[in-house]
Amino acid sequence: MVQTVVTRGSSPADADTDIQREQYLEAFRFMLLAMTLDDKLASLYRAGKIPGGGVYLGKGQEALSVSIGITLKKGDIFTPLIRDGAGRLAFGETVVEALRTCLGSSLGPMRGRDGNVHRGRPRDGYFPMISHLGATIAVVNGALMARKLKGISGTVGAACIGEGGTSTGAFHEALNQAAVEHLPLVVVVADNQYAYSTPSSRQFACRSLVDRAIGYGVTGHSLDGTDLAACLNLMRLAVQNARSGAGPQMIVARLLRLCGHGEHDDASYIDAKLKTSPLGRDCLSVAEKQILLKNWGSKEDLEHWRAETSHTVDEAVSQVQREAPPDPFRENWCALASKHFAEGYEELA
Amino acid sequence: MSITYLEAIREAQARALADDPRVFIYGQDVGAFGGAFKATKNLAEQYPGRVIDAPISEDAIIGAAVGAAIEGMRPIIEMQFADFSTPGFNQIINQAATLYWRTQVPCPITIRLPSGGTSGSGPFHSQSLEALYAHYPGLIVMAPATVQDAYSMLLEAVSIDDPVIFCEHKYLYYHLKADCLPTEAMPASKARIARTGRDLTIVAYSAMVHEALAAADELQSEGTEIEVLDLRTIKPLDTDTIMASVARTGRVLCVGESFPWGGVTAEVVSRIAGEGFALLDAPPQRLNAKDTPIPYHPNLWAVHRPTAQAIANAARKLVRM
Repeated sequence: MVQTVVTRGSSPADADTDIQREQYLEAFRFMLLAMTLDDKLASLYRAGKIPGGGVYLGKGQEALSVSIGITLKKGDIFTPLIRDGAGRLAFGETVVEALRTCLGSSLGPMRGRDGNVHRGRPRDGYFPMISHLGATIAVVNGALMARKLKGISGTVGAACIGEGGTSTGAFHEALNQAAVEHLPLVVVVADNQYAYSTPSSRQFACRSLVDRAIGYGVTGHSLDGTDLAACLNLMRLAVQNARSGAGPQMIVARLLRLCGHGEHDDASYIDAKLKTSPLGRDCLSVAEKQILLKNWGSKEDLEHWRAETSHTVDEAVSQVQREAPPDPFRENWCALASKHFAEGYEELA
Repeated sequence: MSITYLEAIREAQARALADDPRVFIYGQDVGAFGGAFKATKNLAEQYPGRVIDAPISEDAIIGAAVGAAIEGMRPIIEMQFADFSTPGFNQIINQAATLYWRTQVPCPITIRLPSGGTSGSGPFHSQSLEALYAHYPGLIVMAPATVQDAYSMLLEAVSIDDPVIFCEHKYLYYHLKADCLPTEAMPASKARIARTGRDLTIVAYSAMVHEALAAADELQSEGTEIEVLDLRTIKPLDTDTIMASVARTGRVLCVGESFPWGGVTAEVVSRIAGEGFALLDAPPQRLNAKDTPIPYHPNLWAVHRPTAQAIANAARKLVRM
């Protein structure tokens, strides 16, 4: 029987008691790294150094994203979406590896065959997204079903989606499937107010997306996505629930995308009032203030971390920019693992 | 003892489940009920927990198969009808078909599509979608025409490290019988000469092989010897066997049950024109279903797809060209 408990409001856990200082600071430093990497990618984009041209940033979503990556354990499954740079790094992706896909190095996991945010290492539980929103949630379901068949228990799968992606049939089918199979799935909805340029009011008509949880028979949680402590607390609870057999968990985090859909987009459509509302807070600034307030770090520490992070990113860029791009003449141009089933086309060229 | 095409499909799945613990079956009504056509009859009982009923969610069914494949499993997916694979189309062409190319992780899933027309089934329970799937890189498409192939090709499909679209023909389910299951088989990637002849090659697949053989019987009495080539696998196309046959006969008619625009017959004719133009004594011809949705009424359905009669007529014209 699927237990349905809808938790409303953010998790206002006291950071002093509930969050280990170390984990908070570790999460913050991943956020800083993701933000620095994003800034560097934006510069490279403006300089025309991104092959293919697409750059999609995670500004405003770092706290939510990092809390997923940092809470999951080795052996768990993570399928991030386009604004989850922080979560990817916390789950184990290195800056060099991220850059290899973004800059088209042949040494990256996608070897130039796919780019930017479409990257992952499925064998390590890091599933690459496809552009069709909602479609990768069922893939996580299938991996979790396979583990059940193999008698493996205690692992969790987390899938990221935006509020726009919840409008797809694929999202609905996958949530329902996860509930029917009672899978240890955590779906994290970043309700960032805009799907490209479309505001939430044109995306759904329910009061809150978390109200849908009860309809699926999954546990729903609401979250202030700008508050790192709340994100870490709730993620720990949801992942623990899923791991202990409580079935799928659906987290709906409210926040604001603090950039365009991609760097090609000036985001002029974003309501100015939202930017100055609590929803428009930059989660990194909020976390920095928290660190100073709690005396977990000094201004000098923050300066030092920033400098260290910039150095890491600069070094990685300089390394990856020297790596060879894919060579079309060495590419085998076969989409099948079973090479004996490849078509033999005669070409004039 | 005799065994039908449908029973061969069931037996192949039973053997796959018995031989390989990585195999499981997932689809609508496939469990205790045994499937809409009974292709999984008794399998849930014999292999507890490995024959799993799915919600009516073709997208999520295929998506889950891809996830299970990443985890090293070899799922067999039953689409209740080939027609209903279109709600899962995105997962097939964008998720399953691209996985290996993008990540080097193989995607060994078999998607069974009960395909083709039967009288009275109408627009949404009669379609043949092999051309649609063959269009996409990363997929293998099979369309067995015999009981033996239904069995051996399905077993080969499950063993392949890539997504296989397995088009099994509903008309053949009960109409086609063999004495026993094969003990050995030719590779799925090879076409088969179903009947030899010197005057004209008919390239066909799935149920159309049997219509072509009936047409060949009819023309035999008129002194025309027709060679019938059964493609067996649509993608990859066994172009070598096609060219060798065309080299012998100099004339070719390609027959398919699906719609006329593009498709398998157009691909075959295109390959012959490009690679074997000098072998031809007459323009290569195609015969397909009509360019309308598939009609419900038996009178209309009977002439919508190519029949032995229509094939014989086309063959008569072609041998005179």
